[in-house]
Amino acid sequence: MIELISKTRCVACDICVKVCPTNVFDAVPDEAPVIARVEDCQTCFMCEAYCPADALYVAPQSNEHVAVNEEELSEAGRLGEYRVILGWGAGRKSNSVNDAAHLLHTLRGPFQR
Amino acid sequence: MPTNSPRVSTGQAGLELATDVLVLGGGPAAAWAAWAARSAGADVVVVDKGFLGTSGAAAAAGNGVLALPPSEHEAEVLKRLKAGLGLNDRRWLERMLECTWRSMPLIESWGYEFPKLDGAPVRNSYYGPEYLRVLRKMLLGLGVRILDQSPALELLLAEDGAVAGARGLRRQDGSYYSVRAGAVVLATGGCAFLSRALGCNTDTGDAYLMAVEAGAELSGMEFSAQYAISSALNATVTRGVPYAWASYYDAQGKPIDTGARERGVDWFLPRALLRGPVYARLDKATPEVKAVIERSHFIAFLPLRKAGIDPYTQLFPVTLVLEGTVRGAGGVRIVSDECATTVPGLYAAGDAATRELIAGASSGGGGPNAAWTISSGQWAGAGAAKFAKELGARARERRVDAVGTAGLRGSGGAFDADEVIRAVQAEVLPLQNNYFRTEEGLLASLAKLDALWRELKTEPTLDTVRGIERARTAAALTATARFAYRAGLRRKETRSLNRRVDFPSLDPNLTHYQASGGLDEIWLRDEPVRTYEPRVVRIEPSLVGAAP
Repeated sequence: MIELISKTRCVACDICVKVCPTNVFDAVPDEAPVIARVEDCQTCFMCEAYCPADALYVAPQSNEHVAVNEEELSEAGRLGEYRVILGWGAGRKSNSVNDAAHLLHTLRGPFQR
Repeated sequence: MPTNSPRVSTGQAGLELATDVLVLGGGPAAAWAAWAARSAGADVVVVDKGFLGTSGAAAAAGNGVLALPPSEHEAEVLKRLKAGLGLNDRRWLERMLECTWRSMPLIESWGYEFPKLDGAPVRNSYYGPEYLRVLRKMLLGLGVRILDQSPALELLLAEDGAVAGARGLRRQDGSYYSVRAGAVVLATGGCAFLSRALGCNTDTGDAYLMAVEAGAELSGMEFSAQYAISSALNATVTRGVPYAWASYYDAQGKPIDTGARERGVDWFLPRALLRGPVYARLDKATPEVKAVIERSHFIAFLPLRKAGIDPYTQLFPVTLVLEGTVRGAGGVRIVSDECATTVPGLYAAGDAATRELIAGASSGGGGPNAAWTISSGQWAGAGAAKFAKELGARARERRVDAVGTAGLRGSGGAFDADEVIRAVQAEVLPLQNNYFRTEEGLLASLAKLDALWRELKTEPTLDTVRGIERARTAAALTATARFAYRAGLRRKETRSLNRRVDFPSLDPNLTHYQASGGLDEIWLRDEPVRTYEPRVVRIEPSLVGAAP
């Protein structure tokens, strides 16, 4: 579930409010949005993908609240990690070109044709 | 749970729009329907509860697409017919393969970059967030109006008996909206009962309830017990491919017999989970395998990486998460090549529609379902545009009624939507109820679900945005569960996604569809499977990349 909106990183663009498919956030004028309905978070990581400031962290646990530490997450490269995977963000190029699904059937194992 | 939600302003009239084609939903089926309708010259409005770009099962993941060159179609059709256990249809498979193959270059022309092999693009899978980003941008460029964060609550039915629009809620500004349309496409996805399967919590069976309220029919709702493996700590990302290289252990560290690989996790995991916790380790993955699956199924690794687990060397607990009809097969019954329903002006596409025609009784899985969204979306969009065009200006002159029922309007008493949702989940999420179906168990669940349905017909509390949405979601989930279990009860056999412990074999005499409908009293009816002779499919090279 969504566990962090970093006040130091957030630029109050409200993109997360706009894109969250389950309407978890509420906008606050001139401030970082708030996590208003955490119980509706489905842990899809889409807000992380869309956050231009790498300010959000969705913990992998979808059914329980876990405590997170912003500094540790930041140092471990966890903030904005999904955007790196997708190749989204300034100066990056979409990683869709690296999709390897078409190579699955070449692997030894269940997908070999 | 107490929750934060703005109140709804009932004093103002709210947004009122008129259009030729209204598309409900925000995933790829909705996007393809909107594109096809717009390409046919229709004015198009899309309304989605979430955001067209992040909503639904496709956006939140990567996916294969069953997009094969024509030379491979016949072999694929034969393979799919075998897997469909007599309920899928050669002609629909052929036209889906043809349409999907023809459509993939369009995605590229809209800005999606496919991987290349020997310098040529390979267009048979996608990264979900990027795919949906590209589709959204394309639609906005064509002048399609998209209302995000605007769940449809009910359909509007015209005096001529046709569906003529929808009414819903703009959930971020607390007002209602109403869209009058010449035709409506239902593309709101399937139903995973808020199980938190990846991206599926927007898929709450809304189309099934709205369609039946308008007089339409469903089909194959018994083929709804689709579960998929996920790490238990995450219990969300349901991607099975990496687990093809897993070993499994019980709580004592004893290896679990997984049988032949091609039988998948269904063969052992449901029963093993009833006995106790199951742990997995992807220790059969070679470096060559890792290099591929980490790029094809990055989303399966993201939660594990965040949790600091190395899945190749460490054991981690696994579970099964209900995907319901999202990766199952049942949905709104379609009765024409244009994905028309039995009600004029109403079309269905993607997981909202039955996928029996292409998947039969089994899970289509990601690849076929992705191809189905692309093709059924286009057929429904084009069909809706044609219907609206034939109506012309008459469309807007018709008197309309809003036809929503339970969870929206009722009398006497009151209900707690969150409690109803928890009660429905208690009947449909557990493996022992839904995966292992028995007459006794289904009847016991149906007694509770029918009582919940009666409760939902009392007066809902319509003061906050979330309250309104939640009440209607509770009704859609309850309705879907009732259809699924009634259909499962009537089908006295085990056929792929309807597993009856008390009827463990397939009964060849039951090789037919089950149509269903009704609200307070659910009815079911046999529908024969039509058979078609093979036909030769030819695709002219000049058609590749062209609009249908």
